[in-house]
Amino acid sequence: MADDLFNSFMNGPDENGRFGDFGGRFVSETLMPLILDLEAEYENAKTDASFWAEMDDLWTHYVGRPSPLYYAERMTEALGGAKIYLKRDELNHTGAHKINNVLGQILLARRMGKTRIIAETGAGQHGVATATVCARFGLKCVVYMGAHDVERQAPNVFRMRLLGAEVVPVTSGRGTLKDAMNDALRDWVTNVRDTFYCIGTVAGPHPYPAMVRDFQAIIGKEAKQQLQEQEGEGRLPDTIIAAIGGGSNAMGLFYPFLDDPSVNIIGVEAGGKGVNEKMEHCASLTGGRPGVLHGNRTYLLQDDDGQILEGFSISAGLDYPGIGPEHSWLHDIGRAKYVSITDAEALEAFQFCCTQEGIIPALEPSHALAHVMKIAPELPKDHIIIMNMCGRGDKDIFTVARALGFDMETKD
Amino acid sequence: MTRIDAKFAELAAAGRKAFVAYVMAGDPDYETSLEIVKGLPGAGVDVIELGLPFTDPMADGPTIQLAGQRALDGGMTLQKTLDLATEFRKTDTTTPIVLMGYYNPIYSRGVARFLEDAKAAGIDGLIVVDLPPEEDSELCIPAQEAGLNFIRLATPTTDDRRLPKVLQNTSGFVYYVSITGITGAAEAEAADVAPEVARIKSAANLPVIVGFGVNTPEKAKAIAGVADGTVVGSAIVKQIGEGKSPAEVLAFVKTLADGAHSA
Ligand SMILES: Cc1ncc(COP(=O)(O)O)c(C=O)c1O
Repeated sequence: MADDLFNSFMNGPDENGRFGDFGGRFVSETLMPLILDLEAEYENAKTDASFWAEMDDLWTHYVGRPSPLYYAERMTEALGGAKIYLKRDELNHTGAHKINNVLGQILLARRMGKTRIIAETGAGQHGVATATVCARFGLKCVVYMGAHDVERQAPNVFRMRLLGAEVVPVTSGRGTLKDAMNDALRDWVTNVRDTFYCIGTVAGPHPYPAMVRDFQAIIGKEAKQQLQEQEGEGRLPDTIIAAIGGGSNAMGLFYPFLDDPSVNIIGVEAGGKGVNEKMEHCASLTGGRPGVLHGNRTYLLQDDDGQILEGFSISAGLDYPGIGPEHSWLHDIGRAKYVSITDAEALEAFQFCCTQEGIIPALEPSHALAHVMKIAPELPKDHIIIMNMCGRGDKDIFTVARALGFDMETKD
Repeated sequence: MTRIDAKFAELAAAGRKAFVAYVMAGDPDYETSLEIVKGLPGAGVDVIELGLPFTDPMADGPTIQLAGQRALDGGMTLQKTLDLATEFRKTDTTTPIVLMGYYNPIYSRGVARFLEDAKAAGIDGLIVVDLPPEEDSELCIPAQEAGLNFIRLATPTTDDRRLPKVLQNTSGFVYYVSITGITGAAEAEAADVAPEVARIKSAANLPVIVGFGVNTPEKAKAIAGVADGTVVGSAIVKQIGEGKSPAEVLAFVKTLADGAHSA
C-alpha cells in the first residue's frame, strides 16, 4: 500500500492546503502574503539537509531524543490483556511533545530573519516550550494565554516568565485557548514584518497543519523503529492511541503508520462531563460539525447559528473547540477512529499510571490511557498497543489535588 | 447593476466622495440597532456596512469585539441580521447594504441558502474577512453569480505581485485597509494612503474606499480626500457601546459624513 502513491494516506494536503474538504487558508488578506512566505520557506527547508541536521542535533542534545519506547509491564499485567507500550515524550526537555514542533518553527523563523516570536497556549506547555527555545536563541517571545488558564496553570505562567517571555493574559471573548489564538492572530496582523507566529498544534491555515505534523512525526518514526528493536523485525503495533486537543501529538504518532493498514488508529478527545447537548466537553469530532475557524475548515463545537462554543475539560491542554483538519479527514474517510473520555475516567487513569508505573502523566495523555484501560482487557496478550505519553503531570498536580479534595496549601 | 454600482455612479457624477458607516447588527439590541440603521441615510451615509456578529472576530479590535458580544448576548443571529435588513428595506430602497463578517455563520447556514436569503433581504454586497482570493470558490464566485457584489480587502501587505489576484473577482468597490492591524487600533495617515490608492486604481476600474483607523470628521475628510471615500466603524460603534441614544449616535455620524463629503 505504501508504494501505491494514489492510495496513500500520506500525500495530504494538496496544493491548496486541503485534506479532502478540510484545511485551507481562511485568513484575512493582511496575513495571506505571510502564510505564503512561510509555506515557501518551509518547502525549501523540508528538502534542505542542513535544516534537518540542525534539528537532529538539537533534538539529541537539547531535547533528549529519541524518547524511550517503554513496555509498561505492571500496567499490562494489571489490565490482563494487550501488551502496552508507552512512547515516553513526557521525558523531553520541558516535559511534553510540544518542543518537537517549536524547534522546527523557531529554526524556520531564524531562516526568515524574524526576531519576535508569538504563540498561544492553553495548558502552558506550548508556551513554555516556545519561551524555552526563544531563550535558547535569544529571540523575543510573547505568549497569549486565556485569563482563565493563567489562573489554573500558574506554575507554567511563572516558568514562562522565568524564561524571559512576556505572558499576555487574554480577556477577549471568554478568555480561553481559542481567544488566545484570536489575540495571537490579531498581534500577527499588526506586526507583520518582524513577527513569526509559532502555532502549537496541527491547526491554523495551511501550511501549519502539515508543517507541525511533519515536526511531530518524529514521535511515530521513532516508535516504529523502536518497536521492531524490541519485538522483532517487521513487527508493527496493532493499535496506536493518543489524546487530542488540537491533535499534534496524535498526528505525530499516527502519521508514519497511516499506510500500514493493519494498524488500528484511535484518537481520544476530551469528553469533559460527558458528550451531551449541554456541550460540557471538547469532543469536536464526536460532538461537533464542520465549520471554519482560525484559518481552516474542520470539525468545530458550534451552535445552530455557526457561533463557536467553548469547550470544557479538566485538562487545559484539550479544551479547544476545534481539531486539526487532517484528523477531520481521517475521521470522515474512516482511517482513524475517534472516541471520547470523561474527566472522571481521565482522573482514574492518572492515578492508575502513578501507582502502576511510577510515572505521573499529564492530564492530556491520561485521557488516552483511560481508553487503553477500557480496551486492553478485552484484547489478546499478543496484541500490541502503543500509547503516546505526550506529557508529564507536574503541571497538573494542583488541578488533580483539587479534584481529589486534597489540600495543597503550603506555608513558610 | 447593483445598488452599490448605482450609488457609486451617482456619487461620481456629482463629484462627491462616499461616506460608508459600519455598525454591528443587533448592537446593543435589535430594536435600537434597527432604529440607528434606519437613520443612517438621513445622517449622510452613502453605503451601510452591516456587521454580522461572530464569536471569534479575529480581525477586529476590542470595540467591535464587544459590539459583537453585546449583539450575541442579546440573541442576535444571522437570520435576525437578515430580518433587520428586510425591515430597513421597507423604508429605504436605494441605500446599499454591505454585510460584513466572518465565514462560519454563512457556511453553517449553507452558501446557496444564504445567498438566496441575503438577496431577498435586500443585501447588495458581502465583505467576508476570512475569505482571501485563494478561497474564491467558497463564496465569492457563487455570490457574484447570484448578483451580489463581493468586496475584497486590499492591505499594505498586498504587494504588486499579489494585487491582480486580489482584484480579479472583486466587484462593487475595493476596500483598502489603511493599516496593518485590527479595527480601531491605529490611525490612518493620508500621506501613506494616497500612493496605495493610486496603485490600486491603476490596476482596477473600481472605486477605492479606505477604512480602519478613521475616527474623526477631520480624518474622514483627509482620507476621503485621497480616495473615493472612507469608512468609519469603531468610532461609531464606540458611541453605541457607551450607551448613547440613536439620536446622539446619528448626530455623530452626521459630523463624520459631513467631514467626508467636504473633501
Ligand atoms: C501534554 C499535552 N498533551 C496534549 C496537548 C494537546 O495538544 P495536541 O492535541 O496538539 O497534542 C497538550 C496541549 O497543551 C499538552 O500539553
